[in-house]
Amino acid sequence: MAVLQINGSSIDVNDEGYMTNHAQWNPDVAAELAKGLGVTLTPAHWRVLNFIDKDFGEKGVVPGIRRMNKVGGIPTKELYDLFPEGPIKKAAKISGYPKPASCV
Amino acid sequence: MAEDKLSKVSIVVSHGSLEGIYPGLIMANGARMEGIEANLFFTFFGLYGILQKYNHKLRIATVGNPAMRLPDAKGFPMPTIMGAIPGMSAIATKMMSKEMEKLDIPPIPEFLEMFHDAGGKIYACKATVDMFHLTNDDFIPQLDQVLTVGEFYEKSVGAQIIFT
Repeated sequence: MAVLQINGSSIDVNDEGYMTNHAQWNPDVAAELAKGLGVTLTPAHWRVLNFIDKDFGEKGVVPGIRRMNKVGGIPTKELYDLFPEGPIKKAAKISGYPKPASCV
Repeated sequence: MAEDKLSKVSIVVSHGSLEGIYPGLIMANGARMEGIEANLFFTFFGLYGILQKYNHKLRIATVGNPAMRLPDAKGFPMPTIMGAIPGMSAIATKMMSKEMEKLDIPPIPEFLEMFHDAGGKIYACKATVDMFHLTNDDFIPQLDQVLTVGEFYEKSVGAQIIFT
């Protein structure tokens, strides 16, 4: 366990940098987490983050690439363009959810 | 650390059964999800995985598979002769496809499209393409290139080569 300081608030994260208390998440935290991964959040990124948030609320897990595509309407290409080198892991981290546990 | 991260894989798929194709696809797509460069190289009967007319009809091999059990993965060992009963392969395929769908593992054609959209490369082995008398029209549109073995090694510089 570690603690990140973001805009004066303490954020609990695990050893891999995933947030462990979603109650501490907010859009400013997301922007800072994204910056740490070399990503600048745009409305297109927010569409992905919002879908993860909604889907996690329903399913309790971070959606995989196929679900993002089929249910969220986010094309795979776009996902890789928005979050280069590991889209699901990066998007999950920025949205304040645990490391994705799916193989696809 | 950048140095201790795997950066590239080349996965060879040589079997044309469902269980011959999927491991390669899952590992290759999983590589892309980790930001690892990935090539899929289809050879011999593995080529059926990227043949437009056949790749949505591939099945589980129920004959010569001593690990097969009934009615599920923890059931009784299935006598190999039962695997030869007409329809057995289709039933096994249907059951497994249903389980895969639950895990959001796509059917083969969709999986290849997903992998390609993810920036993965799809290659076919020239020797097999010639041996099977295939042309570019036989393949899925996502096929990047037909390669000789030498060209495959050129594309695999810096990669781990995995044979499934």
